[in-house]
Amino acid sequence: MSDGAFFPRDRSRHPPAYTPDYKTSVVRSPQKALISMPTTLSEETGPVFGHDMLGPLDNDLIQNFAKPGEMAIGQRLIVHGRVLDETGRGVPGVLLEFWQANAGGRYRHKKESYLAPLDDNFGGCGRTITDDQGGYRFRTIKPGAYPWPNRVNDWRPAHIHFSIFGSGFAQRLITQMYFEGDPLIWRCPIVGTIPDRDGIESLIAPLDTNNTIPMDARAYKFDIVLRGRRSTMFENRMEGN
Amino acid sequence: MQRLDPLKESPSQTAGPYVHIGCVPNFSGITGVYPADPGAQMVTKATQGERISVEGVVFDGTGTPLKDALIEIWQADAAGIYALRDPRGPGDPAFAGWGRKAADFETGLWRFDTIKPGAVPFPDGRMMAPHISFWIVARGINIGLQTRMYFPDEDNSADPWLTRIEHQNRVPTLIAEKTGDGAYRFDIHLQGPQETVFFDV
Ligand SMILES: [Fe+3]
Repeated sequence: MSDGAFFPRDRSRHPPAYTPDYKTSVVRSPQKALISMPTTLSEETGPVFGHDMLGPLDNDLIQNFAKPGEMAIGQRLIVHGRVLDETGRGVPGVLLEFWQANAGGRYRHKKESYLAPLDDNFGGCGRTITDDQGGYRFRTIKPGAYPWPNRVNDWRPAHIHFSIFGSGFAQRLITQMYFEGDPLIWRCPIVGTIPDRDGIESLIAPLDTNNTIPMDARAYKFDIVLRGRRSTMFENRMEGN
Repeated sequence: MQRLDPLKESPSQTAGPYVHIGCVPNFSGITGVYPADPGAQMVTKATQGERISVEGVVFDGTGTPLKDALIEIWQADAAGIYALRDPRGPGDPAFAGWGRKAADFETGLWRFDTIKPGAVPFPDGRMMAPHISFWIVARGINIGLQTRMYFPDEDNSADPWLTRIEHQNRVPTLIAEKTGDGAYRFDIHLQGPQETVFFDV
């Protein structure tokens, strides 16, 4: 296992805290500079999750909230990809959690008031753990776009939220996956918090016809990159990996 | 010329207002999918160490509590060992060291029941005072905020992390308040004169 210090985070890759077009950020953005620190054991270690925590339907959003014999409504999708670090290595054994709106763009959440209906057979959450190569896959339905209160007519592009653990707490990341070809991506103030086009493109999953299951489900490929790390934790005091 | 490293980190996006669905579905009312929300319970009877509680509220720049925040903590066990990936391990098998709680939808209060961590070494070998690492996400927070909580009843004066902070008058924002026996309060201020120190680490 690679347990060394993390590469410094390239903050130019990430949204700044203060992004006034995304209005909620205005009073929720720290105004003082972040204080830079070297990673220590407190950041280089992190929680470990075992496959024994997973239920058989955790990676199947079509079924995991559905009544017996029923299924969620929507366009059937396989979402798959790899979790890599900046050196290109797959990151095995990390927990991925995902959540999304239903096919009509409605979340199952008590603070959600969009008029689109709930789907009795769709909860909207799933999770999996990456395999030896950092690979993962899950089954779901395509989430709908939805309006949100920001400017008077802002719509979120179809998206799936991802929470990713790495091998250290300093890799902790939440991001969103978008779908190839969605015109709303380039109009969305939340997408627009990302400073450059290359960063935005890295969150857009392409349609993957090779992994499509004919007559069943289309596939989208979404790779996620976490911070890289050096290969030993105590270069000066401890041997090996 | 070849590139040093082939890839760049995926950009962060806000956790949004519905982070509960994915991270604490049972808390949000989505039951029957996972038996329990991950990180909800940190301590069992078998866990070694002094039982403590840590609670607080995350405040925005107007002083309003965040009622949609999600807080994660990561800490060493009572002996100062991190679970599983610590090269000095093994640690306490009855303590995973990780907790996750959502702020209360009405009040914004969150609370962890855990144990007091032991001291952990800085990379140069000096010991850091006992502390808990925090990671805070919410709607309007574009990238998770990293900070640390230290204890008011420990000697923090020589901590190699705290002493690196230029503006020492901000260090108190990282030190919890003791509110009772084993009870600590750690409020987090995103902006304003009491703005918590957040780290790029
Ligand atoms: Fe969303």
